Amino acid sequence: MAALVNVPTRAKRGDIIEIRTLTSHIMETGFRHTMDGAPVPRDIITSFTCRHNGAEIFRADLFPAIAANPYLSFFTVAKESGKFEFEWIGDNGYSSIASASIIVE
Amino acid sequence: MTTRPVTRRTAVLGITAAAATLGRPHVVRAQSTGRIVVVGGGFGGAACARALKRAQADLQVILIEPNAVFTSCPFSNEVIAGLREIEAQQFGHDKLAAEGITVISQAVTTIAPEQRSVLTADGVALPFDRIVLSPGIDFHFDALPGYDETTSEKMPHAWKAGAQTLLLRRQLEAMDDGGTVAIAIPANPSRCPPAPYERASLIAHYLKTRKPRSKVLILDAKDNFSQQRLFEKAWKELYGDMIERIGLSQGGRVTSVDPSTKTIVTEFGTYTPDVANVIPPQRAGHIAEVAGAVDATGWCPINPVTFESKLVENVHVIGDACLGGGIPKSASAASAQGKACAAAIVSLLAGRAPEAPRLTGVCYNTVAPGYGFSLADNYQPKGDIFAEVEGGATSPVDAPRELRAREAADAEHWFQTITADTFG
Repeated sequence: MAALVNVPTRAKRGDIIEIRTLTSHIMETGFRHTMDGAPVPRDIITSFTCRHNGAEIFRADLFPAIAANPYLSFFTVAKESGKFEFEWIGDNGYSSIASASIIVE
Repeated sequence: MTTRPVTRRTAVLGITAAAATLGRPHVVRAQSTGRIVVVGGGFGGAACARALKRAQADLQVILIEPNAVFTSCPFSNEVIAGLREIEAQQFGHDKLAAEGITVISQAVTTIAPEQRSVLTADGVALPFDRIVLSPGIDFHFDALPGYDETTSEKMPHAWKAGAQTLLLRRQLEAMDDGGTVAIAIPANPSRCPPAPYERASLIAHYLKTRKPRSKVLILDAKDNFSQQRLFEKAWKELYGDMIERIGLSQGGRVTSVDPSTKTIVTEFGTYTPDVANVIPPQRAGHIAEVAGAVDATGWCPINPVTFESKLVENVHVIGDACLGGGIPKSASAASAQGKACAAAIVSLLAGRAPEAPRLTGVCYNTVAPGYGFSLADNYQPKGDIFAEVEGGATSPVDAPRELRAREAADAEHWFQTITADTFG
């Protein structure tokens, strides 16, 4: 499943808006073992970035203690119309992107 | 009065209490070996009242319940789907009265645990030695913006059986073929965790037989649920892709509703179904709050051996309202708790240490006529809660249809047995 993002389609200039994201990922910690005792290799998302019209407005580093399907919600101030871009990067070359537009009046 | 051994000190206290009582003309002290008030005449309260009277005939047992007729939630999903009439769900308390239980058809307005007195809406104060609260659930409207009593007339919850059950049924009957029925499901703890999925199944059965182009959309605040593999297998087998479920990690948690447009908003989407069955988050029934027995969770912490409230003295809480830990909030569990609580009260009155109960909770799900499965688990007190212990069983995921048919018949027998045991 693609990542889910929820950005208000419209906002008034200066409004505080909530942005929600959720991406499907197993977030395997690397601390578990199989029945045979072999370690299960770590497979997590390590970083999340949100850019607005190209400028980074939010970043998070993720660690093994974060549960599967990371849900991130954060707030920003609506300054201008344009595009939010979201990027998740992780182990084993994992990469996922999403975007959403906003009209600021 | 309790039959605790009388020391000089308690005798003095008793005299003080009696003197204080004289100042309040409405209060008449109990004359028998004990007076127990049970508030709430559902599966928990009625079972408790009955077990108390049967265990000790000279006990004065008073059941306070404002509704003359109790409407059972178990099997009410069949009423919604048009497979059963509401009258089959309704029970009175006449048989309890015939056994010597005083049944008072009033609402409770105030409970004073320290004064051991309960006030009913008609202004009568009743004294008690111990009070058992079995108020079931109320809705936590603050947790779901846009939802309240008025909204429920348009987007029914049907999570307390009765008028709401019939309203949801009428909305299904009025819907055109090709419509969507959404069911919004809250996170746990909530009343009867598998019941929303049984409802989705039986609504799908109704649609398949009457309006086959329609769909059921489940918007769920949970990722996993009770007997999930059994449900999902049955859905595929019986209803193909009629039932779609959006779980928590697909953004299914409902965050608000708008009754004017019948809109359901989730964390990541907006839906406008033709029929919106919104089951809101829940909390202990209001009476428990009146008694001061509810903590910050919205539920009632108890001592699982005696069901005594951890917050107020002389008060026991049973059924959906209590924080039971592993034990699900169900009719079967409430009934078992009511009986165990009655046994504990009889012991406490006699000055004996109550025995730790072992409770069994049984849950039947009917996903279509003649297609059922079940779960039975045992629970024992562990610390502050009930923990699951060995001996439980769930229906196998791969089973022949004969077993599903037999379990559907068992479900009906279970209902007849528990209602006869409680009200018959």
